[in-house]
Amino acid sequence: MPSDSSQSPPSPDRRWLIALAWVWVGVPLAYGLYELVRKATQLFTG
Amino acid sequence: MSPPVAPVGWSRWLVPPAALSVHLSIGQAYAWSVFKPPLESALGLSGTQSALPFQLGIVMLGLSAAFGGTLVERNGPRWAMTVALVCFSSGFLLSALGASLEQYWLIVLGYGFVGGIGLGIGYISPVSTLIKWFPDRPGMATGIAIMGFGGGALIASPWSAQMLESFGSDSSGIALAFLVHGLSYAVFMLLGVLLVRVPRERQQTASGPGLSTGPQVSANQAIRTPQFWFLWIVLCMNVTAGIGILEKAAPMITDFFADTSTPVSVTAAAGFVALLSAANMAGRIGWSSTSDLIGRKNIYRLYLGVGALMYTLLALFGDSSKPLFVLCALVILSFYGGGFATIPAYLKDLFGTYQVGAIHGRLLTAWSTAGVLGPLIVNWIADRQEAAGRHGASLYGLSFVIMIGLLVVGFVANELVRPVADRHHVPAPREAAHAERQQSESA
Repeated sequence: MPSDSSQSPPSPDRRWLIALAWVWVGVPLAYGLYELVRKATQLFTG
Repeated sequence: MSPPVAPVGWSRWLVPPAALSVHLSIGQAYAWSVFKPPLESALGLSGTQSALPFQLGIVMLGLSAAFGGTLVERNGPRWAMTVALVCFSSGFLLSALGASLEQYWLIVLGYGFVGGIGLGIGYISPVSTLIKWFPDRPGMATGIAIMGFGGGALIASPWSAQMLESFGSDSSGIALAFLVHGLSYAVFMLLGVLLVRVPRERQQTASGPGLSTGPQVSANQAIRTPQFWFLWIVLCMNVTAGIGILEKAAPMITDFFADTSTPVSVTAAAGFVALLSAANMAGRIGWSSTSDLIGRKNIYRLYLGVGALMYTLLALFGDSSKPLFVLCALVILSFYGGGFATIPAYLKDLFGTYQVGAIHGRLLTAWSTAGVLGPLIVNWIADRQEAAGRHGASLYGLSFVIMIGLLVVGFVANELVRPVADRHHVPAPREAAHAERQQSESA
C-alpha cells in the first residue's frame, strides 16, 4: 500500500492538556457546588 | 493583535475550559454582597454606598459589552481575555489600595469602573469563538461558558467569606482579601488566555468546526433589523421574570407560608435561595443544550409560555403547597438561566457567526434594563401592598400578574422572529473583509 505523502504529520497527543484544563476549572466549580448543596439542604432541614 | 489560530489537531474541547476560566472568575461579581458588611463597618458606609462598586460594575459590564463587541470581534478572543484579565484583576488591586488607604472612591473606581470593563469584555470574549468551534452544538458550547458566570458566585461567595474570616474584617483585612482575589483571578484567567484558539478557516472535520455558512450579518446592520429588537424584548422579558423571583426569594417564601402551619425559617429560606442558584446554573447548560435538539424558537416558547404558566400556578395555588411553590420557582429560575445561555446560539442562527459576539454584546443592554425593571416591579408593588395593610402571599399577587403579562409580551415577540431579509446580509467573504476594513477606518 503506497504511503500518502500529502497527509499532514500526526498531531501531538493533547489528552493530558485537555484533562489538566478541565481539572483547573472543575475543582473550583466542584467546591462551589459542594457549598451550594450544603446550603440548599437547609431548605429541608432548617 | 491577530487572533490565535489553532494548529492542526487542536482539540475543540480545550476551548470550553478556556471560556470557563474567564466566566468562573468574572461571575464573582454576584458575590460582591460578601464584602458589603465589612466595608460598611470598616469605612462607615451606608448600604447604598457599599453597593456602588457592584452597581457601577454592572453598568460598565453592559456598556463595555455593547461598545467593545466590535473590538472583540476584530482582535480575537485572546486579546479580549487579556483585557478582561488585566481589567478585572487590576480592579481588585486598586480596591486593595483603596481599602488599605481607606479611600472608598478608589474601590468604586477599581472594582466598579476598571473591573466592570473586565466583566463586559470577559463576558462576550469566548462566545463567538465557541460558536465557531461547535457549529453543531452552539447552544451547549455557550451554555457551558455562561453557566460559568453563574458558577463564579458559588465559588467566590464561600471563598471570600472564609478569607475575610481569616484576614479580619477591618480595612487591612479587606485590603489583603482584595489583593489575594486580584492575584488569584489573574492566575486562574491566564489559562483562558493561553488556551483559547480560533479554528482554522479550512479546518473541517466530521466533529470539528466547519466553514461559516448561511446568512452573515454585521453588528451595525443587525441592530437595524426587527429580529434584533424582537430578541431584545424576548431576553428582557425573560430576565425580568426571573429576577422577579430571584430578587426577593428569601422574604417571598417566608411571606407565602407565614400564616400557615408550616412557616419557613430564615435558614430554610437561605436554602431555598441556594436551590434557586442551582436551578439557574442547571438551566444554563441543560436548556441551552436542549435548544440544539429542538430549536431556538421552540425553547423560548418553553421559557416564556411555560414560565407564564408557572407564574399563574404560583399566583393561584402558591400559598397552598410548599412543594408546588418551590417547584414553580425552580422551573422559572432554570428558564431564566436558560434564556441567558441560549441567546448567543439564537443570534448565530439569525445573524451568522460573522460578528455574533458583537451582536451579543449589544443585546446585553436588555439584561441591564431587566436588572432595573425586575426588582423595581416586585419591590415597589410589595411595598405598596404592605402600606395598604396586606401581608403574606397577597404582597406578590399583582407582581405575578405583571410578570405573566411580560412573559406573554416576550412570547409574542419570539413568535414574530423570522429569518433576516437578504438585504441585511454581508454579500460574500471578500466583500465582508472590505466592509470590515471600511468600518475600522471610519471608527
